Formats: sequence, structure tokens, C-alpha cells
Amino acid sequence: MQRIGVFVCHCGTNIAATVDVKKVVDVISKEPGVVHAEDYQYMCSETGQQKVIDAIQNEHLTGVVICSCSPRMHEGTFRKAAEKAGLNPYQLEIANIREQCSWIHKDMEEATEKAVILARAAVAKVMLDTPLTPGESRVVKRALVIGGGIAGIQTALDIADAGYEVDIVEKTPSIGGRMSQLDKTFPTLDCSSCILTPRMGEVNAHEKINIYTYSEVESVGGFVGDFKVDIRKKARYVDMDKCTGCGLCQEKCPSKKNLSEFNRGLSNRTAIYTPFAQAVPNVPVIDTANCIHFKTGKCGICSKVCAAGAVNYDQKDEVITREYGAIVVATGFDTISLDKFDEYYYNQSKDVITSLEMERLMNAAGPTGGKVVRLSNGEHPKDIVFIQCVGSRDVTCRGKSYCSKICCMYTAKQAMLVRDHYPDVNVHVFYIDVRTPGKNFDEFYRRAVEEFDVDYIKGQVGKVSEAPNGRLLVQGSDLLDNRQIKMEADLVVLATAIEPSKDARKLATMLTASMDTNDFFTEAHAKLRPVESPTAGVFLSGVCQGPKDIPETVAQAGAAAVKVVGLLAKDKLTTNPCTAESNPLFCNGCASCEKVCPYGAISYEDRQVNDHGIRETRHVAVVNGALCHGCGACTVACPSGAMDLKGFSNRQILAEVDAICR
Amino acid sequence: MKIATSDEIRAIAGVDTRKCMKCGKCSASCPAYNEMDIRPHQFVSYVQNGDVEALMNSKSIWKCLSCFACVERCPRDVKPAKLIEAVRLSVIRQRGENYLSPDEIPALLDDETPQQLLMSAFRKYRK
Amino acid sequence: MPIDNNENKEFKPVIVAFCCNWCSYAGADLAGSSRLSYPADVKIIRVPCSCRVNPLFILRAFQKGADGVILCGCHPGDCHYSTGNYYARRRMTLLFSMLDYMGVENGRTRVEWVSAAEGVKFSQTMNEFIEQVRSLGKNVRLEDLRCKKN
Repeated sequence: MQRIGVFVCHCGTNIAATVDVKKVVDVISKEPGVVHAEDYQYMCSETGQQKVIDAIQNEHLTGVVICSCSPRMHEGTFRKAAEKAGLNPYQLEIANIREQCSWIHKDMEEATEKAVILARAAVAKVMLDTPLTPGESRVVKRALVIGGGIAGIQTALDIADAGYEVDIVEKTPSIGGRMSQLDKTFPTLDCSSCILTPRMGEVNAHEKINIYTYSEVESVGGFVGDFKVDIRKKARYVDMDKCTGCGLCQEKCPSKKNLSEFNRGLSNRTAIYTPFAQAVPNVPVIDTANCIHFKTGKCGICSKVCAAGAVNYDQKDEVITREYGAIVVATGFDTISLDKFDEYYYNQSKDVITSLEMERLMNAAGPTGGKVVRLSNGEHPKDIVFIQCVGSRDVTCRGKSYCSKICCMYTAKQAMLVRDHYPDVNVHVFYIDVRTPGKNFDEFYRRAVEEFDVDYIKGQVGKVSEAPNGRLLVQGSDLLDNRQIKMEADLVVLATAIEPSKDARKLATMLTASMDTNDFFTEAHAKLRPVESPTAGVFLSGVCQGPKDIPETVAQAGAAAVKVVGLLAKDKLTTNPCTAESNPLFCNGCASCEKVCPYGAISYEDRQVNDHGIRETRHVAVVNGALCHGCGACTVACPSGAMDLKGFSNRQILAEVDAICR
Repeated sequence: MKIATSDEIRAIAGVDTRKCMKCGKCSASCPAYNEMDIRPHQFVSYVQNGDVEALMNSKSIWKCLSCFACVERCPRDVKPAKLIEAVRLSVIRQRGENYLSPDEIPALLDDETPQQLLMSAFRKYRK
Repeated sequence: MPIDNNENKEFKPVIVAFCCNWCSYAGADLAGSSRLSYPADVKIIRVPCSCRVNPLFILRAFQKGADGVILCGCHPGDCHYSTGNYYARRRMTLLFSMLDYMGVENGRTRVEWVSAAEGVKFSQTMNEFIEQVRSLGKNVRLEDLRCKKN
């Protein structure tokens, strides 16, 4: 039999002026189950709380209702008091008779009547309250960072500097990411590798950071604080411990005509290679598709010339399993394929290049040693046309609906640098809008126009083709002059839209992290939790969450690191006890709940059940309390009524409805 | 001539002119651009702003080749050629039966006439 | 059946409001602390998220004699649980059209997005909704007479 105590607060005159508290006590004390009812000036005061504690202990209460201000104000206070008295804190309910009654109603009779009804609803709910205990789960003091670009590097450094171990998993042979491919960075024009390389070295030398390059995440299990991750270390065919990074193997390798991924296919590399000179780790990998030894079984020159004996053709992929408390996604981006944009002539002409290719072309370590030339014949260009928004802001199936954000700035940068290095070259930029929000950004763009005489033309290009003289013919519109422009150019640079890495979706599925339709990871809250995924323990860093430039990426990387450190600093995680729970006797295994769960908290297991004496194994839903946030979406989706939410159960809400409507 | 409303033009064309982000790629793609008095990108804003009369009186509606390059390349799916066609249709329909019938074609043919022209003529005058 | 005007004036509808804990309940609190009044006919039930509201709860409310039910949640895109209010929106669209078919007028049911900062909107919404339900009169279509006391 339930023994409920009801406490009505005057809140000075805040409540008592409009609600007849004595009458509320009087009426509610006659409710079935209510064994104690009293009122007091300020329930939240020490004395008021003591009254609750005393009543719980003396009257052996099994549930408490406080009629007072909003539960958002003092629910925690009274729950602590109840706990002190030995009552489970979740067997206490608040009836909000201040914000939702006394403060908004003027008529005393009406307000008192409503207060009684609200109190009744709370009594009806507390009757069905069950003792709940927050669970505890352990926190593995190690973080995993997926992706070794600037986002991943910065996150890893910040976490490691706080004293926690970090593993970086990078799928290419070296960390560095897109930033290592850039020439200069806007708006200060400092050299990208000059600022990135020291960071890469720092990561490499940090005793708390462990780098797995040429590796990929294969599967993710577990939950916040306790993830279990399988990492596939692809065979490099070079022993990481023995290799000294002398580079002799690359010098001697006879298979030299393989396209360099790092130089975006603008130059060749050998079959045994490090992607670029400052690679971290400075250990080559063998590209088996192009290695003569792997293709024919002959050659083996690299093995012969390696004084350290590091080359090992028999190496196999290795899968290692590690445990982590937190996972940071920093998978970055790539440029979109231009196969559907034939009007720009990209696949037809070598002289039409993407802006990332332009970065390589301008870089001193790039395929031309930093000389900007026509790739078709190596000649010095006279006219260069930049085209903005190639595939960005495009709602058709060809492009991306979003603005890629970085293109306006890097186009201004490239245009400016071309004019600076080659004053004889005319530079034209076709733009739709120039978007330069950012510190010193608009000034930077204006400098390109005003100091460097870059010709900005408001309009898009409709067609690039080959002119009879072998140059390129660019046909575009100049909307301000209301004319169609046909101009010859030697080089056309396309500000190609960026998109999340191809592998990101596969990873999101493994992490049960949600993604938007463009395959960007979604954040837990667009404004207030921008670096966390809705999946607990998964954090977002860099472009995987949305287009960003380098400063923004670094800022977000640091923010993600702080969130990770905040999590790893805890010894144990207390879990919200108001989570969903499935009754295995009712569950029919339909998976409706699994589909609506935004946190991936529901899985299906074969469980032994005893259904009225019949023992059998059933495939039923199981809620992981550590992952469940308690929204209740699953409880409504469940067709058999097996799923319920602790603390807000179906019976409790129905009891409240009944109490209000009666 | 009865002047069609913007809504009628949009309904015939099946085009939402508000989608236009004024990039000008339609005009950049147009092979008949220099023949036109009102340019493809202007068609979109004229319809949006309600000045259909100017469009119905313009020579652009007869200069459009119906090659649909603008439709193909528009990044916002606005389809300027469909708007031009809608304006053209609202003019043609008021003129009565002046459309092309297949029987008349052989007499008009010669080796010089490109097939695109026939296609375009049919698109324009067979509605 | 014509409704007696005098009776209508006296008519005090029973209205159940389901409010999500994160936005609308806080919005209702704000309406309270800003002293923005609305009739006492509305009684709020706190739920963690609008998606916690089972159509069954609404049917039960009508069965037990409620004259109107309103569901308030976070604005689309602002849900504390990312997507909960989208589920609620879909479920209620279906439920309300079914209720309408059964004779429970659309005016008796409503979904409204109220943020924690929209005390004014909360109070206005409630005032409007109550006025609307009052004009529709007592809900008799779904009320289970067996549930009726006295």
C-alpha cells in the first residue's frame, strides 16, 4: 500500500496570494493513498526540507509530492532531501502550482481548483513511481581520433597535452591531410607546410600519441566511455621499426610511372613511396597494384638496396583491437567528381584544373617546382580564368546544395599570388557572390581587386571549349554589363565543391552517429553542442561536420578535445535512470524502435524468456542504458507496447491524464 | 493581345522563379544570346517581377533555339527555356492556328537545314 | 444540436497540454514568470520530448472527457533529442486526421512549437486554443459515459 506525503508551499505570497493553500491541503489529504499533507511558507528552505525528511522517516512515506514552483527550479533540491531521508529520489514528483497556476491566474477559486487538480495528477503519477538507480559505467582513459589531417592532429595534441593517451588512425601512409597539400594559407599567406610540419613532428614525438597510418577503422562496438574498436593496419611491406627513412628504395624503384595521389595525379611516383618529403611517419609503403615484384614475382630491387633490411614482401594486414573512452571523427573532405560537369571541359583538357590541383601547381615542392604553366604544353600562360561555385550551391543531382565556404577566399588567394609572381598574366574571376565573412577576409579579397588588379566578373561561366588556336575558349556572362563574354584563356581553374570523405558514411554507420543528406555528421545541437555527435562519446572535428577553413577547423578541434578531456577526466559515468526499457515478454522483435532511436541505443539479442511457464529463446529489443537519453520515441513506435520509459511510463502519463480529466 | 500573368507563366512552365540565385549561367550558356533583346537570366527576373508584357513583346521568344542548354546547366533547376516557351505559347495561342504540320515539312527541307532547327521548330510550333 | 448560449458562456473546457521538458515546459514557466495569463482550463503534463506522446494518451484524454488536447514541442530542428519533434509531427498529423474523421473536430487538437524563450507565444497559443475549443463546445463524440463521474 502506497503512503504518499503532499507538501504545499506558500512561496511567501507568490502562491498563497492566489491559491488557497489550506484548502489544497484539505482536499488532497482526502485522496486515497495520501497519508500526510501539510503546507509551509518556504518548502525549499532548510526548515521546509527538514519537514519533508521528517515526514518521510516518521510516516514511512513511499512517495512525496511537492506543490511548489517549477520542477526545473527545485526538483533536484527536493530529490536530494528525499534521498537523505532514505527514500529513492525518483519517487518524488513536483506539482507546478506557481509558474503554471498562481502566477497566471487571478481568481482565487479558479486557481485553487487548478492547484488541486495539478496536485492530484502528481499524486497519481507518484503512486506509480518505481525506485530508480542511476547506473554506472567505466571510462577508458584513452581517446581515438579518426583522421590525421589538421583537425585530427590538433584534437590529438590537445587531448594528449591534457595527459590522456590518444591514438590517431589515418588511412593514407602519412598524416597531414589536405592542409599538407596546400601552398599558402589565407588571409596571411603563410606557407601551409611551414606551419603544419612542426605540428606533425610534435604529434610524432608526443609520448601520449600513437599514430596508426595506412590503417582504417574496421568495426566499433561498445558505448560512451567503453568503446571497443578494431583497427586494420594495412600491410606496408616495410617494417616500421627497421626503416630509417633513407629513401634509397624510392630512388631505385624501377616502377616510376604511377600517378601521385598527393600531387592529385599531376606527377608520377614510384611503386614504393612516401606521399611527400615531410611525411610522418617517414616510412614508405609499397603500392602492390604497381609493384613489379607483386605483379611478376621478379624485381625485388627495394629489398636488395635496403641496408636496414626493412622491406618485407610477406607482411600481412593486421587487425588490432583497442579500447577507448571517446572517439573523435576528423575525416575531412575531398573535392567532388567533375564527371557530370562536361561544360567546364575538365575531363577533356589538361589545362582545366581544380583549385586543389592549382595548389600543387603553385607549390615549390609540387610537380612543376612551383611554376604555373599550361599542363598541356608546359608553356607560360597569359590569361588565367578562375570559375567559382563549380558544383557548389547546385540543387540538381550534379552538385551540392550547400556553399563550400572556402572557395571565395582561396580563389582570391590564388589569383593574388598568380598576379604577384607573374605580373604579365591577366587573371579573371567569374563569381556569383563573393562571400568573405571572417577576420581580415573581405580586406584580403579587396586587396586582390584593388592592389593586384584581379578582374572580378559577376556572372557564371556556361561553357569552356577549345579555341582553334589550341587555347581555351571561355564563354560566360557579365551580369552587370548585361553582355555575354567570350574570352580566350590558357588555364582555367575550377573552384570545385568539397564533399565529406567517401568513407565517412561507412564510419557513421559503425559509430551509429547520424549524418545529414550531404553526408556531413550532424551535431548534437546546432548551436549549443556543435562539436558533439548525438551519439554519446562521439565528437566531431573539422570538415566532417560542415565546410570550414583552417582557423575554424583548429578552433573546433580544440573544442572537441576539451569535450573529450571532460569525459575522460571522469572516473565513472552516471547514467540517466529515466531510460527506455523493453519487456521481453511483449517484444515481437519488429525493430520499429531501433529505427527511430537517434542514439543507436537499441539492439537485438536472443534472450531466454519464461512466458507463463514456456521457456524459449526470443529475438528481442535490448536498450543500452548508457546510450539511451530517455526521449521516448521508441515507446510510441513500439506496436506491441513492450517499450516503456522509466520515470515517464505509459501508465504514469495515463494516470495523469485521468486525474486531470476526471 | 491579352497579357498573361506571372502566375500563369509559372504554371505553364512548371518553374519556381524564386529558386533563381542570379548566377547568370543560363545567359552564359545561351547560343542565341546576342540575338536577344531580353536575355535568358532576365526572363527569370521579369517573370518574378511581373513584367510579362515586355516578354510577350520581346523578340527573344522567337530567337530562343529551344536547345535547353540553360535548362541543362542551371544549378538551381530554374529552367529558363521553359519560361521562354511558356511566354511564347501564350502568344501563339492567341494567334490561332499558326502551327507547323508535319505535311509541310518536306517542302521546307534542304541539305543546309540542321536537324536541330527542325527539332526546335517543332518544339515551338507544334503545341 | 443547437448549443444554448447561456450554457456556452458558463462552459469551462477541460484542456490537456503535453509539453516537452526542454522547450515548451520551459516556455510555459516563462509565461508564468512573466505573468502572462491564460485561462485555468489548461493543465500541463510534462513529458521528456514531444515524441514521448503516444496517440493513445490523446485518445484517453478525449475518452475521459477532455474537450481539447494540445501538444507543444521544440521548434523543428531544435529538438533536444535531434529528431523527436519530427516523429511527433508525423504521428499527430495522422492521428488528428483520424480524429477528424471520427468527428472530433480539428479545432480540438493542435500541435504547436514553443521554445523556452517564447513565453508570450505560449500564453497566446493557449488563449487562442481555449477560445477555439470553447466555440466548439463540449466534446461528446469520444467521451466514454462510463468514465463519467456523477
